[in-house]
Amino acid sequence: MNRQIASLFRLSAVAFAVLITLTAYWQIWAADSLATRRDNARLVYRQLQIRRGLIYASNGQTVLAANHERRRNGLHLFLRRYPFGPLFAHSVGYNTVGNGRTGLELAENDYLTASNSDLSTVVSRIGSELQGETVTGDDVVTSLSVPAQRAAQAGMAGKVGAVVAMEPSTGRILAMYSSPSFSPKAVEQNFPKLSRTSGAPLLNRATQGLYAPGSTFKTVTAAAALDTHLLTPDSIIDARGHCITVQGLPLCNAGTESFGPITLDVALTNSVNTVFAQIGQRLGQNRLEEYMTRFGFFSEPPLTYPSDEMNPSGLYHNGHQLKPGAPVDVARVAIGQERLAVTPLQMAEVAATIGNGGERMRPTLVDRVTSPSGDRVYTQRPEPLEHVMSQQSAQELTGMMQNVVDEGTGTAARLNGLTVAGKTGTAETGVTGVNTAWFIAFAPVTDPKIAVAVVVEHTPLFGGQVSAPIAASVIEAYLGQGVAQ
Amino acid sequence: MRELWNLGWVGGLTAIGFLSVYTARQNEISSASLTYAGVFLAVFGLAHIGVRAGLPHADPWLMPLAALLCALGLTEIYRLSPTLARDQSVWVVIGLLGFLAMIFLVRDHRRLEPYTYLLATTAVGLLAVTMVVGTTVNGAKLWLRVGGVQVQPGEFAKLLLVVFLASYLREHREVLQMAHRRILGVGLPAARHLGPLALMAGVSLGVLGIMNDLGTALLLFGIYLAMIYVATGRHLYTVLGLGLFAAGSWAVYHGVAHVHERFQVWIDPWAHPHTSGYQVIQSIEAIADGGVFGTGLGRSLQVLNHGQTIIPAVQTDGIYAAWADETGLAGAAGLLLIYLLFCYRGFKIAAIAGDGFSKLLACGLTFAFGLQAFLIVGGIIRLIPLTGITLPFVSYGGSSIVSNFMMLALLLMVSNRAVERA
Repeated sequence: MNRQIASLFRLSAVAFAVLITLTAYWQIWAADSLATRRDNARLVYRQLQIRRGLIYASNGQTVLAANHERRRNGLHLFLRRYPFGPLFAHSVGYNTVGNGRTGLELAENDYLTASNSDLSTVVSRIGSELQGETVTGDDVVTSLSVPAQRAAQAGMAGKVGAVVAMEPSTGRILAMYSSPSFSPKAVEQNFPKLSRTSGAPLLNRATQGLYAPGSTFKTVTAAAALDTHLLTPDSIIDARGHCITVQGLPLCNAGTESFGPITLDVALTNSVNTVFAQIGQRLGQNRLEEYMTRFGFFSEPPLTYPSDEMNPSGLYHNGHQLKPGAPVDVARVAIGQERLAVTPLQMAEVAATIGNGGERMRPTLVDRVTSPSGDRVYTQRPEPLEHVMSQQSAQELTGMMQNVVDEGTGTAARLNGLTVAGKTGTAETGVTGVNTAWFIAFAPVTDPKIAVAVVVEHTPLFGGQVSAPIAASVIEAYLGQGVAQ
Repeated sequence: MRELWNLGWVGGLTAIGFLSVYTARQNEISSASLTYAGVFLAVFGLAHIGVRAGLPHADPWLMPLAALLCALGLTEIYRLSPTLARDQSVWVVIGLLGFLAMIFLVRDHRRLEPYTYLLATTAVGLLAVTMVVGTTVNGAKLWLRVGGVQVQPGEFAKLLLVVFLASYLREHREVLQMAHRRILGVGLPAARHLGPLALMAGVSLGVLGIMNDLGTALLLFGIYLAMIYVATGRHLYTVLGLGLFAAGSWAVYHGVAHVHERFQVWIDPWAHPHTSGYQVIQSIEAIADGGVFGTGLGRSLQVLNHGQTIIPAVQTDGIYAAWADETGLAGAAGLLLIYLLFCYRGFKIAAIAGDGFSKLLACGLTFAFGLQAFLIVGGIIRLIPLTGITLPFVSYGGSSIVSNFMMLALLLMVSNRAVERA
């Protein structure tokens, strides 16, 4: 019988080896994916026991995300509270027990939970853990301005769309508002209902919404034409009547407008499609796409933000992004049609880059991170990303955009005592009377402090009618001066 | 002497374990409980004296290994709930008293041999009574209420079955090995010799079908197959038995909702993460939480505000998950190696035992011990469907502790006899 006994022992040894192997599989290979599952109770409770860092507005005083402490049987639990409700719901995001987190709450989660690898944070966290104290996260000071954000909210009331405002010289995002918004509290309480609500309030249109840019894109075309010395603001182009024929189809100006030979400056002021289509053809696809790439099109926005809450701007076909060089009608791209789909964030970057003398800055939402003891853990410095065009080209384009506001399609953005440069855009959706209305702007022209992009979707109005006043009110609120005319 | 030395190690480890739980949770646990380790060592020291007096030649490894398993279990249970740990330590003391009682009253395991059929009847009777008047817990009828105490008859039936099989197979192994007639070129023994064995198979399946107890059924049937294999050396019985069990399981799978659900959960626990799949998912997530070196004893999140545990039945079914969470792969693999080491000593005793009954008994007890650990750990880590049996010596539960100490007593008797004879 000893032979059989020996084989039973071998069987046992194999069986226990299998047990150890599968345990190792769960503990080593599968551990990471299991740890982040929403059904993982220990993850949820561990998070609730962390006093998350606070999120502040740019003044470093106003709290955008606070904690609500509860004590239960010796356990301190911290639930997130958002004093401004829907105002910062997209930009700051939310942190919930059962429905994950978004926005800065997700992007800066390591700092907010003190799980970043910064030495002073690690030391303080380990100290707290050893003493059984509550782990307190680092505070995040954002670049968001409450007045600018409020103006964006007020302007977007009852409308669907988004507003993004940036500081041209630094890339700091001053306002990011998506409409309709939602109450972060409702995410915790009734997520299924919220996710089914019409108007998709959970979608961050500022960074995710893809819209045809319409004529705001003419600034990109003009930048390429000026910077390649193809044209100057005074170059004469023959606008050739109401329509021209491009690839067998008529390409027309808005309304019944008809122009003869006009300067580039006048063409931008009046947003003349027939001129910019020709410029696009003369530039050629390669040169136009080269400038688009410099402005940030075709790639993920370089913003520290959850990647699944951002979309790259560029050319799309059936929901798939086209690479530069894909066959497109360059004349229609040049006037912001064809397969162009852009985010408000991208168009704000375009305006900010022009306002910053052609230097594109990395967009940022965080100014600094401080530890609970007040030490500076992280400081955001302005980071130049790309020399998009020469300073001279930027100045020429700025002058042309100033004319748009002063005497062209964007007069609704005029502000007393303040010079504003801007560009309107109205993209037709194919349904009569349903437009996507754009306005991009920066001000003051001599030393731009703020650049804005506004998009309003599903509107019968034009960009100059509906979006320009919103941009003006955001600029006004931020600069705290001037009165809308 | 070696046994005492080994026990000394175990005592030291226990003290370290309790100390680490104490330091991690001192705001909830009083320092007086640190005396646990001391009391634990004293109790096992007395058991050691008892063993050396009654069975001077007994294997010096098995008792310390069992003590180590008890200590690990107690430490983890203590960390989950000091109240449960107090109950468990009472059971350990009762188990050790039973252990000593068996050693001094039975003295020689061969004295059980004449009671073959009485033991078998008792086993079947125990199970039958449970089937009729048992309490249903988690869909399975596992419990029998005797006075104020809940008893799990399956744990004792397992022991009785091993003794019965050892005795029956010792007597009939020759005829089972011989071919009475040949069917399809395969030699089969006479039907009358197979009768009692077929009955045992039926009992196992009955346990499955009527008590809904997949774990005990698998355990009884596994013991049964292993012991027939050891007695006859013929794979035929193993193959026949497995085929029979597969067919029976298939029928039960389709006929019994509880078993059906257990299989469904095994195949995809995430289909119902908050209901039927909850226990397996939380167990796996606890194990994953441990990583290689664990979160540290007393430092993982197991118990919520109201004393409710994250893993349902963590002190019994889920003890391995809690242990793996706090001690990591290092501790989990260590625990499994203790079981393997125990099995090694057990099988070695079987190998050196002089007579067939002793060999079969030691082998059957050892295999039952190893298989039980395999079934519950395998269930928790989703290798096989999760069943409600205990992790021997480690899980919380009086029946389990007492029956395992009885098993240990029998193994030590076999080893004493084997070495004495040599």
